[in-house]
Amino acid sequence: MASVDQSERNRALGFVTPALLWVLVFFIIPFGVMIAMSLSRLEGRAIVPGLSGENYTRFFTEPSLLKGLTNSLEITAIVTVISILLAYPLAWIIAMRVPARYQRLALMLAVLPFWTSYVVRSYSWLLVLGQNGVVNKTLMGLGMIAEPLEIASTRGATVIGFVHFFVMLLTLTIYANLIQLSPNYARAAADLGASAFATFRHVILPLTLPGVMTGAFLTFVLCIGDYITPQILGGNNELTLPQLIMLQLGRRGDFPMASAMSIILMGVVTLAYFACARWLKLDRV
Amino acid sequence: MGRVLIWGYMTVLYGFIFLPVAVLVLFSFQDSRLPVPPFNGPSLKWYGQVLGDSDLMAALGNSFLVALVSSAVALLLGFLAAHALARYRLPGSVLMRGVLIAPMTVSYLIIALGLLTVFNKIGLPPSLLATGIGHVVINLPLCFAILYAAMGDQQKNAERAARDLGASEVRVLWLVSAPMLMAPLLAAFFLSVTFSWDEFIIAFLLTRFEVTLPVEIWSMLRSGLSPKTNAIGSLVFLVSVALLIVLDLVVFRKSRR
Repeated sequence: MASVDQSERNRALGFVTPALLWVLVFFIIPFGVMIAMSLSRLEGRAIVPGLSGENYTRFFTEPSLLKGLTNSLEITAIVTVISILLAYPLAWIIAMRVPARYQRLALMLAVLPFWTSYVVRSYSWLLVLGQNGVVNKTLMGLGMIAEPLEIASTRGATVIGFVHFFVMLLTLTIYANLIQLSPNYARAAADLGASAFATFRHVILPLTLPGVMTGAFLTFVLCIGDYITPQILGGNNELTLPQLIMLQLGRRGDFPMASAMSIILMGVVTLAYFACARWLKLDRV
Repeated sequence: MGRVLIWGYMTVLYGFIFLPVAVLVLFSFQDSRLPVPPFNGPSLKWYGQVLGDSDLMAALGNSFLVALVSSAVALLLGFLAAHALARYRLPGSVLMRGVLIAPMTVSYLIIALGLLTVFNKIGLPPSLLATGIGHVVINLPLCFAILYAAMGDQQKNAERAARDLGASEVRVLWLVSAPMLMAPLLAAFFLSVTFSWDEFIIAFLLTRFEVTLPVEIWSMLRSGLSPKTNAIGSLVFLVSVALLIVLDLVVFRKSRR
């Protein structure tokens, strides 16, 4: 028996090894190299290997760099909160008020713009929010404003672009959560004399909190790491961390600094994970 | 909540969700040179320009190639790994699962930067191959997770029966396991294709002369707003939605029956 077990085990190892190797060679090793890179220094155009924390100290002491992190955090926090506040009622309406046979359709429609390309989606918002875009032309046509509003190339435009994407994502995750709830909970609460609002506040909301937190975490991670939306919609006024990372790469080829900033970005995500870990059930997404 | 409130809320939110896409598609039919009001179409000339643009068509082909090949590789590796970890008791299997899922938890920018650094060191120039390697990294965890979750006990018995009848392990996988897992296999494959097809930052950092479609569209944006960008964007949207409907009809309707 032992030899059969052994040969079976070897065969199984043979099946799993290629995937493990791929992740090792193209993910774990590059990540290690990046950590080493973040501890090196750029002198002129040459990268000098070493073990200095200089890039990290520079990041936290140089206001123009640190500002990237605070900008990213502020934008991400605003986007996450607004997206949840908008998506929850929509998910609730679809799950509770739309007749069962139309729910699928309602949900598919709510996420339809997912299927445009990501770059194109940000570009579309430029058409809506730009100087002579749809919003400005409409408002001016109605005589509500005389001069076009400055919406594109601001933080507001970045936030709108992000909220659009994450409302779709969160509607999906929150809906998935709501639809799993047995209607008996709400019925029981109502039988015990709870008002509709009290039922929602004390029964439905706590039960869906894990789903909401999972969605919020997903929003946080995707939002803070995104380069496209702030680059297309936000302009060059308030740079986010990913924009600054790309700038390090492009302008001077400063791989050490870009690596250090990427690792800081990853650290922030890890912190966020631990901050909401007790609500997260990532394996159930 | 009152009916009026509900209808009002749905109208506003669906309006918000559809607004950019509607504007995108509408002004792809614009006649003049700027995709902004007033609308003076309809005209198909920008679609003509898109189809006649050899750079754009090459990028389209590149995107298809990278998406299909990288997804196939990710699916194969993910399938084999899921099979091994779901069917056999292996030492360190928890660690192995963790390693295989790990790339999912890291943003694409960081994956791209790591690969760029390593490829620079070993002298692999930015190319479609480099991009494809990166896309396997992001899609392998996805394929693995979907297939690992889908491997249940029904298949286990069928696999054992096939093995008892003398089938080799490869034949078991190909003739028994894979057909029984057709729906999750297709779902994992199409999801991977979608992600790879739409991926920007890895492709942006890891390609140079031959680029994928999102990178090509990105460089079109530099020259400002143009109905041509609207046209290619609308075409991509149309293809994705068509694909989605086919997937829904073929895979999910079937598996629900």
